[in-house]
Amino acid sequence: MGILEVKGVNKRFGGLQALGDVNLSVAENTVHAIIGPNGAGKSTLLNCLVGKLIPDTGSVMFQGQSVLGRKPFEINQMGISRVFQTPEIFGDLSVLENVMIACFAKRDGAFKLRAFSEALRDKEVMDRAEQMLSDVNMIDKRGMHAASMSRGDKRRLEMAMCLSQDPKLLLLDEPTAGMARADTNNTIDLLKEIKQKRDITMCIIEHDMHVVFSLADRITVLAQGTPLVEDLPENIKGNPKVREAYLGESAGH
Amino acid sequence: MFGLDRKDTSLLIVVAALTLLAPFLLNPFPEGSSLAQFNAGYPDLMQRFVIFGIFAIGFNILFGLTGYLSFGHAAFLGVGSYSAVWMFKLLSMNVIPAIILAVIVSGLFAVVIGYVSLRRSGIYFSILTLAFAQMSFALAYSVLTPITNGETGLQITLNDPRILGISQTAQGGIPVTNIFGLEMRSTYQMDLGPWLFQFNAGYYLCAAIMLVAFYVAIRIFRSPFGLTLRAVKSNQQRLNYTGMNAKPYTLAAFVISGMYAGLAGGLMASMDPLAGAERMQWTASGEVVLMTILGGAGTLIGPILGAGFIKYFENIFSKINDNVLHGWFSFLPDGLEDFIVGILHPFIGKGWHLTLGILFMLVVIFLPGGLVEGGQRIARWLKRGKASKSSQNTNPAE
Repeated sequence: MGILEVKGVNKRFGGLQALGDVNLSVAENTVHAIIGPNGAGKSTLLNCLVGKLIPDTGSVMFQGQSVLGRKPFEINQMGISRVFQTPEIFGDLSVLENVMIACFAKRDGAFKLRAFSEALRDKEVMDRAEQMLSDVNMIDKRGMHAASMSRGDKRRLEMAMCLSQDPKLLLLDEPTAGMARADTNNTIDLLKEIKQKRDITMCIIEHDMHVVFSLADRITVLAQGTPLVEDLPENIKGNPKVREAYLGESAGH
Repeated sequence: MFGLDRKDTSLLIVVAALTLLAPFLLNPFPEGSSLAQFNAGYPDLMQRFVIFGIFAIGFNILFGLTGYLSFGHAAFLGVGSYSAVWMFKLLSMNVIPAIILAVIVSGLFAVVIGYVSLRRSGIYFSILTLAFAQMSFALAYSVLTPITNGETGLQITLNDPRILGISQTAQGGIPVTNIFGLEMRSTYQMDLGPWLFQFNAGYYLCAAIMLVAFYVAIRIFRSPFGLTLRAVKSNQQRLNYTGMNAKPYTLAAFVISGMYAGLAGGLMASMDPLAGAERMQWTASGEVVLMTILGGAGTLIGPILGAGFIKYFENIFSKINDNVLHGWFSFLPDGLEDFIVGILHPFIGKGWHLTLGILFMLVVIFLPGGLVEGGQRIARWLKRGKASKSSQNTNPAE
């Protein structure tokens, strides 16, 4: 039984069947990649996992509990963190404050009114936030205005925010989209390091095959809303069905 | 000090000094001089400065931190005033219970309006708050006449019970508002040569309450709660995916700022015990928006500056008339004098709104951070000037 169990999930937008009977099992402490051509339903599937969308039918279980019908913040509090395709950070806040928010959310839960204590004197949170920034090599940028950073730095900051919540499952939506080669390689190294240091399961959606084959323990190929194959990376490479899905029918013949 | 860091402590001390010395600072011109009309150091206006300061500080906790623009905050001001006047009618003329009730009732009112309005964000939130405020205004103006006394406004009368006080004084007059016997209107006048300074009990009560309100606002700004509110403004989606429920945080901010507005309304009634529906009108809601943006939304001191600026304009500039202008420009040849007065005429007296509007546009376009940003730019410019001067001075020595 995996940490994340998706069973029979269907999602329809008007006349478009975005997801058709998706079954997926993500084993604990592995990196599971979901790949597929454009419009295969990868992002829709991810949105169903974090509460942004609710599937029409089927079940999504995380550690034996259903996530369906829960709000994004509740699902996050269960232990699922998400990295977005374009980094979502608090642009108006400093780098340190960004991570502090995540630390407060981890410690104090979804809502706790602390209107009279000083945020910067909360030693527990400050220490943890600084530790997290050191882990992603950003401690020297702690006072920077988050919106003024490069895309690669924003991605690392978002990663630090997610990790400071100690998630059991980290969902990554094209973490290297639009990055230069060097930034992509840095991200791969960072993710490898995270995987080594922590008990964490990652579910990653990615177009860049270099990233997928550097990281994934297992790969699911999605095509037209349905899982085509699920296998080890080395078996995926030569699979004719996968080539067909990516290159179109004519390539197979 | 008081759990604040050094910068915030010095800010608090500066504000405290300015408010306590206001009777001197706002009366720089001798009585009877031609500039005496620019003096703002009389009790009525000084009270309004600090009361609207409180209103704007509270509004800034909602708008400045979360970015939710309420167009209905005057409703809480009005509710606070009505509650306070009812306390004067039923209990006693002591202002303390009146102020406490004003804060509680406006807080409860804010819970209801906030709970409904915060289901939407952006312009829809603004429209919802505006609708609520206009409904409150209409209710106070006509439907709820037994409670609000309609368009006449709620006043205290000789027949009010005042169970802990007296219905009428020994002379048969209406008793005045006081704090444990000290009358709000009692004023000590100090003659210093040609100058006249007035120290009013009501003003100092309002000033003390404003300082407490300002201190609480600083604490909120620096707290984890304040940090979360800024995160709501910056990126609500990220906050939701970081495991925080934005809704109760914004509702708390809404209720706190509603209570500040109720406090301001209660103080207004304490200084002058009557409450009218026009206090709830949308123009009053718009005024506090102007104050906050003009001073600098999201800054600590900005709302107070904005409130002072607008109230000064409203009361001082509106008093300048053509005769005053003719007096100023009498040194010019007749034709030119009439010409200049003719040009300035629309901008003074009843036209002060026009001047304020132009100033507001200039600030929003050139100083998006409000008066506070203007101050920061001047400070930076002075610093640079000083730095270059001192480097010039040191160069020859080398």
